Amino acid sequence: MIYLDNAATTLKKPDSVYAAVLEAMRTLGNSARGVHAQALSAARTVYETREKIAAFFGCAEASHVMFTQNATQALNTALFGLFLPGDHVITTDLEHNSVLRPLYRLSREQGVRLDFVPADRNGNIDDADFERLLRPETKAIVTTHASNLTGNLLDISAVGKFALDHGLLYIVDASQTAGSFPIDMQKQNFSVLCFTGHKGLMGPQGTGGLCVGEGVKIRPFMVGGTGVHSYSETHPDKYPEALEAGTLNAHGLAGLSAAVDFINETGIGDIHRYETALMRRFHKGISSVSGVTVYGDFSGDRAPIVALNINDLDSSEAADILSQDFDIAVRAGAHCAPRMHRALGTESRGAVRFSLGWFNTMEEIDAAIDAVRSIAEK
Amino acid sequence: MRPKELRYVITFFTTADAMAVEKRCKQQGVPGRLIPVPTRITASCGMAWSLPLDAKAEFDAATQGISPEGCYELLI
Repeated sequence: MIYLDNAATTLKKPDSVYAAVLEAMRTLGNSARGVHAQALSAARTVYETREKIAAFFGCAEASHVMFTQNATQALNTALFGLFLPGDHVITTDLEHNSVLRPLYRLSREQGVRLDFVPADRNGNIDDADFERLLRPETKAIVTTHASNLTGNLLDISAVGKFALDHGLLYIVDASQTAGSFPIDMQKQNFSVLCFTGHKGLMGPQGTGGLCVGEGVKIRPFMVGGTGVHSYSETHPDKYPEALEAGTLNAHGLAGLSAAVDFINETGIGDIHRYETALMRRFHKGISSVSGVTVYGDFSGDRAPIVALNINDLDSSEAADILSQDFDIAVRAGAHCAPRMHRALGTESRGAVRFSLGWFNTMEEIDAAIDAVRSIAEK
Repeated sequence: MRPKELRYVITFFTTADAMAVEKRCKQQGVPGRLIPVPTRITASCGMAWSLPLDAKAEFDAATQGISPEGCYELLI
C-alpha cells in the first residue's frame, strides 16, 4: 500500500509516538483532577507538551497554548470567542470549511460582516486585496497558511505585517503546514495560531490546539469542568483553563509531545526539503502525462500537495481506481474547500489530491507517477 | 495521624502555573511538593505547593514571574 493522503492525516507516525501513547494509556491519571502520582504525571505531561508547542510555534507563554481535539475546534474557539456583531472580517477563497462555516454562521446569526480575498484560476490571491477590502470596522484577518486543496502558500508574514500595521487581529490556520514549515507566531505577528496534531506534526488524531498572543482575549467556546474554581458558577477566565473545558486528551498529548521531539531532532528544515523534493518529483513526473490537468501554482515554495484530474474521469472514480487497482491511497472530491474549487473551476468534478509526507519514499512517488500514467493512457 | 507541621501553602489560578512552579523548584532544588489544596482554603486551582517555612525566600526567587493566587501559613 502506498499512502499519499498525508494532508488528511499522516498514517505512519514515528515509533516514539506509538510508544508514548501506549505508555501514557497505561500510566496517566486525569490532568488537574487530583494530586496523586498518576494525576500529577498527566498534568506534567500536558504541561510539558504546552512548553514544547509554545517553543515550536514561537508562542511567548506555555499557558497561552490551549489544547483542543483538532484544528476545527481551535478555529471555532478563536472565531466565536473573538468576534461580535458589527465586526468586519477579511478572509480568503483558499479557506477550508473549518474557517468558512464558523464565519458564515457568525455572519448569519450575529451580523459579523465578511469579505473574501478572491483567488485566481491558479489558486493565488493578490495581497493588495487586503488593503482594498479594509474598512474602519475591520477587526481581523483569518487565513490558512496553505490551501488544503492545491498546496499553494499564502505569504503569512506579509499578511501578519499588514495586520500589525492596521491594528487588526490575525488568525492563522496552520492545519496543512504545522510540522512541515517553520512557524514563529511572534516574529510573523499572528494573534492566534490554530493547529492540528495528526497531520504534519505526526501526532495522534484527537490532538490540536491554539496558541494565543499576548493581550488577545478569547471568550470560552465551551465551559465546564477544569479542576479549578469549582464553586464558581462561571468558567475560569485565565489561560489555559479558560479555553479548556473537560478532560484533556493527555494520552494523545503524550504522543504529540513525542512527535514534536521527533521533528526537532530530525530538523524541520530537513523535513520541509524532503517533502518538497517528493512533491517536485511527483509534479514533474505527472506533468508530462497527456490528459493530466494539475491545479495550483508550482513556481515557488508550497505545501507537499498535488491536486489533479485525469482526462475526463470524475475525481472519485480516479481515486477508486488508484485504490483498487494500484493500492494507492489518495483523496478525491471537494476537500471541504468550496470556494477554492469554484476559483479553480473544479466544482463539478472535484480533484484527486496526492499529499506527501516524511515517511513516503521516492520509489512510492515513482509508482504513483506510473499509476497516473497508466490510468491516463487507458 | 501523621504529625502536623507549620508550612507555607501556595495556591494558584491555573494548573499550568502549578506545573510551572513545580518544574522551577525541582530544577533549582527548592524544597516542597504539590498537595491537594486544604479544604479550609478557597482556592482556584485544586493543587497547591507546600513548602517549609524557611524555604520561602528561595521559593520566591525561583518562581519570579509566576503570580500565585494566595500564600497561607497552615498547620498541615
